[in-house]
Amino acid sequence: MGSYVPNTEREQMEMLRETGCGSFDELFCGLPQEMVISEGLDIPEGKSELEVIRSMKEMAEKNKKYKSCFRGAGAYRHYIPSIVKSVVEKEVFVTAYTPYQAELSQGILQSIFEYQTMICELTGMDVSNASVYDGAVAAAEAVMMCRDRRHETVFVSASVHPNVLKVIRTYSNAADVKVVVVPETDEHVTDLDMLRKLLEEEDKPACFYMEQPNYYGLLEDPAAMAEIVHNVKAKFIMGCEPISLGVLKTPGEYGADIAVGEGQPLGMPLSFGGPYLGFMAVKADMMRKIPGRIVGETTDDDGNRAFVLTLQAREQHIRREKASSNICSNQALCALTASVYMSAMGPEGIAEAARQCAAKAHYLALKLGDAGLKTESSNEFFNEFVTVLPEGTSCEAILKALDDNGILGGLQLDDSRILWCATEVNTRAEIDNAAEIVKAVISGKEA
Amino acid sequence: MNFPGELKYSKSHEWVKMIDDTTALVGLTDFAQQELGDLVFINLPEEGDEFDADEVFADVESVKAVSDVLLPAAGTIAEINEELLDEPQQINSDPYGAWLVKVEGITGFAELMDADAYEAYIETVEE
Amino acid sequence: MDLIFEKSVPGKKLTILPECDVPEVEFDPAFCRSKKLNLPEVSETEISRHYSRLADRSHGVNDGFYPLGSCTMKYNPKVNEDAAGLDELTDIHPLQPVSSVQGWLEIFDTAEKYLREITGMDAVSFQPAAGAHGEFTGIQLIKAYHTANNDTKRNKIIVPDSAHGTNPASGSMCGYEVVSVPSSEEGGIDLEQLAAAVGDDTAGLMLTNPNTLGIFDRNILKITEIIHNAGGLCYYDGANLNAVMGIVRPGDMGFDVMHMNLHKTFSTPHGGGGPGSGPVACKDFLAGFLPGIRIGKTDAGKYDIEAAPDTIGSVGLFYGNALVVVKALSYLLTLGREGVPEAAKNAVLNANYMKAKLEKVYTVPYDKGCMHEFVISAVDIKKETGITALDIAKSLIDYGIHPPTIYFPLIVHEALMFEPTETETREELDKAVEVLLKIHEEAYSNPDKLHSAPHNAVIGRPDEVTAARKPVVRFDFGAEE
Repeated sequence: MGSYVPNTEREQMEMLRETGCGSFDELFCGLPQEMVISEGLDIPEGKSELEVIRSMKEMAEKNKKYKSCFRGAGAYRHYIPSIVKSVVEKEVFVTAYTPYQAELSQGILQSIFEYQTMICELTGMDVSNASVYDGAVAAAEAVMMCRDRRHETVFVSASVHPNVLKVIRTYSNAADVKVVVVPETDEHVTDLDMLRKLLEEEDKPACFYMEQPNYYGLLEDPAAMAEIVHNVKAKFIMGCEPISLGVLKTPGEYGADIAVGEGQPLGMPLSFGGPYLGFMAVKADMMRKIPGRIVGETTDDDGNRAFVLTLQAREQHIRREKASSNICSNQALCALTASVYMSAMGPEGIAEAARQCAAKAHYLALKLGDAGLKTESSNEFFNEFVTVLPEGTSCEAILKALDDNGILGGLQLDDSRILWCATEVNTRAEIDNAAEIVKAVISGKEA
Repeated sequence: MNFPGELKYSKSHEWVKMIDDTTALVGLTDFAQQELGDLVFINLPEEGDEFDADEVFADVESVKAVSDVLLPAAGTIAEINEELLDEPQQINSDPYGAWLVKVEGITGFAELMDADAYEAYIETVEE
Repeated sequence: MDLIFEKSVPGKKLTILPECDVPEVEFDPAFCRSKKLNLPEVSETEISRHYSRLADRSHGVNDGFYPLGSCTMKYNPKVNEDAAGLDELTDIHPLQPVSSVQGWLEIFDTAEKYLREITGMDAVSFQPAAGAHGEFTGIQLIKAYHTANNDTKRNKIIVPDSAHGTNPASGSMCGYEVVSVPSSEEGGIDLEQLAAAVGDDTAGLMLTNPNTLGIFDRNILKITEIIHNAGGLCYYDGANLNAVMGIVRPGDMGFDVMHMNLHKTFSTPHGGGGPGSGPVACKDFLAGFLPGIRIGKTDAGKYDIEAAPDTIGSVGLFYGNALVVVKALSYLLTLGREGVPEAAKNAVLNANYMKAKLEKVYTVPYDKGCMHEFVISAVDIKKETGITALDIAKSLIDYGIHPPTIYFPLIVHEALMFEPTETETREELDKAVEVLLKIHEEAYSNPDKLHSAPHNAVIGRPDEVTAARKPVVRFDFGAEE
């Protein structure tokens, strides 16, 4: 068996005697004996390190790693600069606890302060928290923080990521909050007339959540939405893709009250869905309502710059049942990852990554179009888009042909629609090759 | 500690200063501010909000604590002391000058004490 | 020290991406940002050095003794990190075809089998990302159960006054009124008060056992029975599972649903505040409500996924912090049948060993034996010398020891809560005891030194009042030109 207990059996016996107990049984004699597991656990015996890593590898190798990937839908394969991994693997960052003791945690506190600043810069907002579990939870926490006695109902666009909508619904159901879904137009963007109408029909609208780009990769009209939402004194929440903000207009510029998003593109691998990073930033007037940890700058008794966890009276460990959220931890190591990524890329690097994502996706759309898969909407898109199927073939056939060639194709949405994605890591040759395979399937000339 | 004779006091450590029969200023006592320590923020209600006596109408935050403030009179909030939103420390430095809200249309009160009774009450609390 | 922004020089950069090999795209300017993006412009050397300095100004598990109560700061084994770093795990998209993620599903399924056996529960969801997230999920299962039974008058959750703050906050996030019950003189739940608090409006009870005083509530079967007889369900907060894993099981104590903290009990690192993982486990009759994916097998023996039939929905974007589950599984494979209880036994031994040595001079308010952690009160010292729990905590920093949890649980005044964990050597415990005895002596002989501690840290005590009154929560770049 493997073990991380450093004391020898003899040392343990000596220590037991110090406690006044002759044995472990005596040490545990306070437990109701009838529930003690006398037979031992029904799990395998412990293993050596070599056996453990061998088993883990065996399991891991049953996964299929694709050499190229055209699937996004909330999780994106981007290039991760080498410096990111090297910084994030530093043992102290990996193993430290939440920085409650400021004097021992200045490094981690400063890294979070820098992260908060970068998120504010990216989103054009005033205040960022230290992060939450993921982008969907960030959206759910954002809608929940907009509620009070006068603001009860939550509005969400139908064009947002379905998993995000699901999480918003789950959080809302728990608190008995009503969620109204605002339909999308035939072009798959939010229906602005319906948004206006539904908001006006409701007594106590709290907020409206939308995504830019939306689930289908399309660019929405946040400026118009901000006006409609603010007219009924509700809060406007924008979900955004962080790399796109290198070039796209920021939530701050659109007049959003809260900006949230999934930070995974900022240096985190796909990892079967986690750990990822929920970022969350607000306008100054909502600073004391935002949930989660926040780091602030102050001075120590000699006037030196110092960082601390601040505004803690918002949080559960003080406010208990009156706290607006129970969130306790954050995704600190993921926030650090995002900070190092943004430092490595710099303002121009992020903008360039954004431009390349868009360029590759548009090139992919063009090539797939030539192959027979037409883009569904004529609206502008960022790095994802939906295609519709021509007669006489199936999504399954197309995706299987790609899969057989080590390519993860787009995500099938229904019988005829596929959601495609490209990022800066996809080369022209890769895209040409994928389009050729698709063309062969559609033309019935598959090898 | 200082407890001005012209004020009335509640068991939950708010003071009441009557302006006329149905209008009053409400604040936190010297004892309350000492117990709370350095205040860093205050949440105040909105003008026009109505409350019953002993209902929570505000909360005050120190670095490591948050405390509800109860309204010692049933009525409508006529005015809030907006200066406190920026400078909650006024409650620490001048508890009887730093009123929280002005209440109007008062229809009833919580149990209130005069200064002597409150001072005696504090001694029992401190035990 | 400087912020990374203060090292920024316009024009400095790394060369990360090649030139674009496809035609560029112009967006309509209406969609484009005009606000300047102030990210750092620095070289790779500067990034590397900046973060090395930040690392120097932090304290990890291996920088010294870390007895942070209720946080289980045990050693984080390296092989777990290697397992979680495998490309065949990190480079897998969450929405790949099921046939291409069989390895991932086997990992989840295997981890679930281990955890079911350790907890005495029947089903597990790995979607919750942290302990508090697990509580929120678990209480929703309780709510869903009552709703499914049309038992909608149940609107109260009972929580003991020694509970973590997340417990009452989770209850109220689920729309419940939170009823606090006092602890008895022995530190457990006061049975009479509990019996008086329950009724046909009781939705459930949330309990940590052993509790935050480090005390195992011997009345646990009676407690869960009182709740069940009233028609409520019992939630186990697994924060302190490290004390009892492999010895007793929450499922056998009468609990219906619980969460575990993989980042405490199962050795995954804390990452400076996350990512953790807070899987929820429950009995069969609640399994239909679990969020996220359920893993099953097809007739052909392949893993398959589906949603639970009456699922509460989803509490995360995908399946939770998957890589953290990998680390916990690697730990469980290592420890196995004998290693799991061995860890619990030594966690309890180390705490009792330290407590036995400290209670000779320090006050231990609930002193009838402890499990994996114990709480000291500095009330007497404060009365006699003016030295507070905070002063003692800050003084420990000067000896390279991370302070214990302080001012918690709330029912102990001037509390210092120590959890040494099983991975500390006797020498390390002896050293810490020696330091604590010395600090005790100095409280009387040289209190000024303690009041102004720490003296050897990179900063002195920070001004938290100003930080909260006039919050500065981001770097100010000045006005845009």
